[in-house]
Amino acid sequence: MPGKRVPEGVELPPFQTLLDTHARDVHRFLVASVGHVDADDCYQETWVSALRAYPRLRSAQNLRSWLFTIANHKALDHHRARARRPMPVAEIPEQPDVPGGDSDFEFAVAELPPKQRTAVALRYILDAGYPEIATMMNISEAAARRNVHEGLKRLRHDLTP
Amino acid sequence: MTSLPDLTAAFEDAGLIDVAYTIEPSPVGDLLVAVTPRGLLTLSYNNDLSPIAASISPRILYVPARTDSVRRQLEEYFARKRQSFDLDLDFRLARQGFGRRVLAATARIPYGQVSTYKGVATEAGSPRAFRAAGTALGANPLPVVVPCHRVLHADGGLGGYTGGVERKQTLLALEGVTG
Repeated sequence: MPGKRVPEGVELPPFQTLLDTHARDVHRFLVASVGHVDADDCYQETWVSALRAYPRLRSAQNLRSWLFTIANHKALDHHRARARRPMPVAEIPEQPDVPGGDSDFEFAVAELPPKQRTAVALRYILDAGYPEIATMMNISEAAARRNVHEGLKRLRHDLTP
Repeated sequence: MTSLPDLTAAFEDAGLIDVAYTIEPSPVGDLLVAVTPRGLLTLSYNNDLSPIAASISPRILYVPARTDSVRRQLEEYFARKRQSFDLDLDFRLARQGFGRRVLAATARIPYGQVSTYKGVATEAGSPRAFRAAGTALGANPLPVVVPCHRVLHADGGLGGYTGGVERKQTLLALEGVTG
């Protein structure tokens, strides 16, 4: 057979299937992680990195976790880069919030410390379970629960008028 | 619903689109059109991408713009405005050896004319291997463009076809071949 570039026994679905299935959730996760303004850049970087690495994957299991692990790395890179730059006085939103949307919640999530932010975004925006969150963040399940709990406590405080 | 950013340009810039595809409607049903940087990889009646993912690359993306020249030539062919295709072909999904020579012989049958399984087997160098020629044509990854519909039984019988005999009849009728 021609072109044995795919490891034996691993049947990876066409990449387009991953895009169709997960693109919207990856974007929502990144909006919650880095905010609306920077989400598009992180989104593009996430999918280019995923496409680049895809043929080398050893397993077709947990593709969703694999994608969110990449997205989380891009979000953390972004935050690290921003921390090194002088902070702008204020970020001007490109477009007004959609009334009745999730924007308030997502903006508040974006302001949480990194681990809490990721855990809360995975739990409440993507409906991920704690074992899944633990896998994606490479932390224990107990740590995943603790980060979600701490994040929610802070959100409740921030969002209370 | 907000629309998501389009990623095609970023994928193109990174040179990561190994296979681009679209689904093209035609008089013989929807055709999966898949291209690689080498040329047209397959036209398929069954719209199944998994053989491509398994043997070429799983970096398969829906990018209709990459298939524009193929789609235009197909439209012209089905409108009876084109008799041969001017396309680069990527034969990686085709068989090697005898099977490949059968496809090459088949590609030389002119528009509106027919040959036989024995005829293409002979052209491919093995006159007695007409059954193997039939098998090779049944596995043709490039139907229509490599016109396996122009190969019939020596007794005038229609023979088989990858996409079913009805499609074979439709294509022959389009080319003005009367059975």
